[in-house]
Amino acid sequence: MKIGVLAIQGDVREHVHHTEAAGADVVLVRLPRDLEGTEGLIIPGGESTTIGMLMAEYGLLDAVMQRASDGTYPIYGTCAGLILMAKEVIGFSPARLGLVDIDASRNAYGRQIASFEVDLEIPVLGEQPFPAVFIRAPKIQRLGPSVTPLAWHHGEVVMAESGPYLVSSFHPEMSPDLRIHQYFLEKVKRAQAVAGVS
Amino acid sequence: MQEQRGTYNVKAGLAEMLKGGVIMDVTTPEQAIIAEKAGAVAVMALERVPADIRKAGGVARMADPRIIKSIQEAVSIPVMAKVRIGHFVEAQVLEALEVDYIDESEVLTPADEQYHIDKWQFNVPFVCGARDLGEALRRIAEGAAMIRTKGEPGTGNVVEAVRHLRAVNAQIRQVVATPESELPDLAKELKAPLDLVKKVKELGRLPVVNFSAGGIATAADAALMMQLGADGIFVGSGVFKSQNPEKTARAIVRATLHYNDPKVIAEVSEDVGEAMPGLEMASLEAKDRMQDRGI
Repeated sequence: MKIGVLAIQGDVREHVHHTEAAGADVVLVRLPRDLEGTEGLIIPGGESTTIGMLMAEYGLLDAVMQRASDGTYPIYGTCAGLILMAKEVIGFSPARLGLVDIDASRNAYGRQIASFEVDLEIPVLGEQPFPAVFIRAPKIQRLGPSVTPLAWHHGEVVMAESGPYLVSSFHPEMSPDLRIHQYFLEKVKRAQAVAGVS
Repeated sequence: MQEQRGTYNVKAGLAEMLKGGVIMDVTTPEQAIIAEKAGAVAVMALERVPADIRKAGGVARMADPRIIKSIQEAVSIPVMAKVRIGHFVEAQVLEALEVDYIDESEVLTPADEQYHIDKWQFNVPFVCGARDLGEALRRIAEGAAMIRTKGEPGTGNVVEAVRHLRAVNAQIRQVVATPESELPDLAKELKAPLDLVKKVKELGRLPVVNFSAGGIATAADAALMMQLGADGIFVGSGVFKSQNPEKTARAIVRATLHYNDPKVIAEVSEDVGEAMPGLEMASLEAKDRMQDRGI
């Protein structure tokens, strides 16, 4: 299985490591041609303004949208990636994909001093809590009817999925736990099965 | 579940998010907006850029909190600010202002010639300068969650930035090649804690993110430092002392992303106007070398 990791800026190295450790081959995606042959895409954390702007400039927003047009191309966005995948964003957001029906609020937990780590219960991953790292994290302020919440912190949704798309406001690549990357690779397998049938 | 703030994971984590990006020195909200629109991943809020600090002479201190606040209000990207080496009260002030990262910086006049700040006491993360591996590991031992090689600030001359990054990389290779049993001796030679030297051997790199700083003035300079292995770029005077800051800022951001693609670097370097005026190292007197402060 070949997974693209968007390599414009941010926590690329850690996502590459986790994705490979979970059993997939990784392609670094900097330009539209890098998407060829990938069966899914991970958008790492970083600065969403920088990543969105540079994706637009180098034709990557259009290329990813085209790839996603038949609804069988799984994409996982973490932190900045969640912002880029949100339909609406509260705060400065020069460019994004808008594939998931959520409103995201940038830096909603506050500045760096409010960043934190916490063990989260994530039912789809089993009983063992997941060590989640939140860094200047966004909040999901609204979920559309097509979006399923997967994890909560203080009653607020911090991880969700919608069709082939997965988003989390925290960074699963910053703890050694591979379960979320494995969960995403399972989604990629299911999407391939669906694409194969149709 | 209990939230934990200010953990090392969280502090070093923000630096990880900045990787592959450019952090720009700014002195006004207007400059901060130019930096954000050009694609900077963070800004460093200052009263003067290093080239002007150099010119002004005298004692350079932490910026006026009003400047920092006005920049925090102007942009959504992280805002960093500098404190004098060893001046832990300036650091307390910046923590109270909720800056996202504190740079304990040789660009300002050191407040303590013996001790750096005990950075473990803070919830806000720190970045510190280093000219070699030993210096980098000493700062990490004091709690720094990010390193930048020092270069020579405010000169627009990349030669010292190259020297320092090459020195760090060469020493990392030496640590990796040294057998475990000889590491204690090497640690002594580097004047670095043994546990961190062991960590470097295990990882084959510094345990935290390492940006390049001090003298980067053009898109090609930025790509040079990235090809030499920097995780990202600090540009001090290079943007706002150039003839056309908007174009220079955009070019440096794009060259940092596509550092391995000379065609892109050529494209973005075209027609950006004059870079900042540069200084030859031989023209600097010993007292004017900022890199020798706080080692």
